[in-house]
Amino acid sequence: MTLKKNILALRQKKAIIEKGGGDKAIEKQMAMGKMTARERILALLDADSFHEYDMFVEHEERNFGMEDKVLAGDGVITGTGTISGASVCVYAQDFTVMGGSLGLKHARKITKIMDHALKMKMPCIGINDSGGARIQEGIGALAGYGEIFWRNTMASGVIPQISVILGPCAGGAVYSPALTDFVFVVENISKMFITGPNVIETVLGEKISQEDLGGARVHAEITGNAHFYALTELECLDQIKELISLIPHSNQQKAIPAKPAKPTFKKNIEKIIPSDPKQPYDVREIIFALADDSKFLEIQELWAPNIVIGFGRMKGETVGFVANQPLYLAGVLDCDASDKAARFIRFCDAFNIPIITLEDMPGYLPGVDQEHAGVIRHGAKMLYAYSEATVPKITVILRKAYGGGYIAMNSRHLGADFMFAWPGAEIAVMGPEGAANIIFRKEIMEAENEDAMRQQKVQEYIEKFANPFVAASKGYIDAVIEPLETRELLLHALEVSKNKDDYRPAKKHGVPPF
Amino acid sequence: MSKSRKVNITDLNNMSKINNNPDFVDFAVTARKYKTQLTKKYKSRKVWSNPSPYEIQSYIPGTIIQVPVEEGQIVKEGELLLIIEAMKMMNRIQMPFTAKIKKINVTVGSKIPKDMIMIELEGTED
Repeated sequence: MTLKKNILALRQKKAIIEKGGGDKAIEKQMAMGKMTARERILALLDADSFHEYDMFVEHEERNFGMEDKVLAGDGVITGTGTISGASVCVYAQDFTVMGGSLGLKHARKITKIMDHALKMKMPCIGINDSGGARIQEGIGALAGYGEIFWRNTMASGVIPQISVILGPCAGGAVYSPALTDFVFVVENISKMFITGPNVIETVLGEKISQEDLGGARVHAEITGNAHFYALTELECLDQIKELISLIPHSNQQKAIPAKPAKPTFKKNIEKIIPSDPKQPYDVREIIFALADDSKFLEIQELWAPNIVIGFGRMKGETVGFVANQPLYLAGVLDCDASDKAARFIRFCDAFNIPIITLEDMPGYLPGVDQEHAGVIRHGAKMLYAYSEATVPKITVILRKAYGGGYIAMNSRHLGADFMFAWPGAEIAVMGPEGAANIIFRKEIMEAENEDAMRQQKVQEYIEKFANPFVAASKGYIDAVIEPLETRELLLHALEVSKNKDDYRPAKKHGVPPF
Repeated sequence: MSKSRKVNITDLNNMSKINNNPDFVDFAVTARKYKTQLTKKYKSRKVWSNPSPYEIQSYIPGTIIQVPVEEGQIVKEGELLLIIEAMKMMNRIQMPFTAKIKKINVTVGSKIPKDMIMIELEGTED
């Protein structure tokens, strides 16, 4: 009967720990509109798939009255489970246990599950809901953060790392999410900042609410720190499941293919782009017209919307799309758009995901603010990312490809494997108006009717140069294609580049313009 | 199709709707102007203005600790104009060139934001 007694004791012990900070703290958590850490894990993973690790870990702090405190699981739940049948590692900070504060043992539970994820080649999903460093533990808490950051860096490019911000994440804690591949935020629940409103007010006299300083919307729209923005926790967990289904689970694998499916988008691809080159359209419609089932998971939808990035499938296989978006800022490249695209390209390259670039690009955003913000350095990130990438790289020029932007958007010169252009594409050093003004300055100035002459010269330039055939005659464009052929040619290009093997000089690592 | 959190996707099939939609503006990138929407960040960007050497601006927010000059006083280049405490450091602001103090916009103890014109100068007669 001793075994039975022991089993009952174990169950009792587990039941207590599973209650986290206890009923009162759970009530408080719910009053804030938040799920508990355990509820979140169970809602994220397939039913009955969660296996918890290190449930009985306890802190070892002996100062400031901590010696008498028992903290369930030291404030964090860790373990493994499956999402749509695929194994993942997960941890969730438990705000009901001493505010989810991070002490050394709490951190060591996290680093242990991270090590496991890296060794076993599983994605690692971290749910953050923590008041920050456990001050009583002092340097122990700092050591804990540092050990997490180090592992984030080691795992970068090997396994996908996902951070979910479902509560406060402030001070040093923000840097783990920042080092991971995808950050998820939820309206009214996520709060992320290095220094909070209190410090800012004391030091600088600036009054700002937590929401305006580092709420979900701010990170989704202004800072670009967040990749996915949801209105509820459940919607956020669904977004994670969708992402996990689309990406490979390590750099040695490919994403699990889906059943190939034709696009379902009703609009004719030839009807999407307006004939007037000054008029906008939504480039996502082109993606819908090309991708399997017309499904597209957009990343960083609200930040730098002048460039669109995200995942879709082509004949069942995951691809990354990068597309200029004429709907915002005419689809120019600027600091943020370059940062956004460059990071995405590097993710795709690290995880064997072919990149399809859809180009309609008027140039770089002019402005003192852009120049002073370092658009040179930021813009260079994109050149670097495309040049460095060895995955299949395919570009379709839809309409405009002007100047530096033509080079930056995965041109042949940066190593594109396939360059397609639609027949209306304008591939030129700049727009016809600007070019004519410079080349024919003298003729225009000396003409009796300057405007008429300018119009005539612009027209001449359009006929001679604002087309895809000059570039095609030099072999920079492989084929000028009809819009309706695009999907077939993309499938062909992906098929023939399946075994692509690209040479890069041996190096420890490059030095990109971070 | 993925759910969109954007305010709304305009009916792009109807160009007259775009032309009448106040969200869409004429946006010059080079010589050509494109119909497009602006982002929140673009709209709230700081528009550049040339700084005047006669305006002493705060380069950091902080608290004014000392103002050892008076309006109307002529101060020599390099002499102390102000001390601002910011990030636990005492920042000594010196006179950039010899000039007359036209106006002082701060007092000891006041908390000031970044880019505030703290002191205005004018040239001396000679």
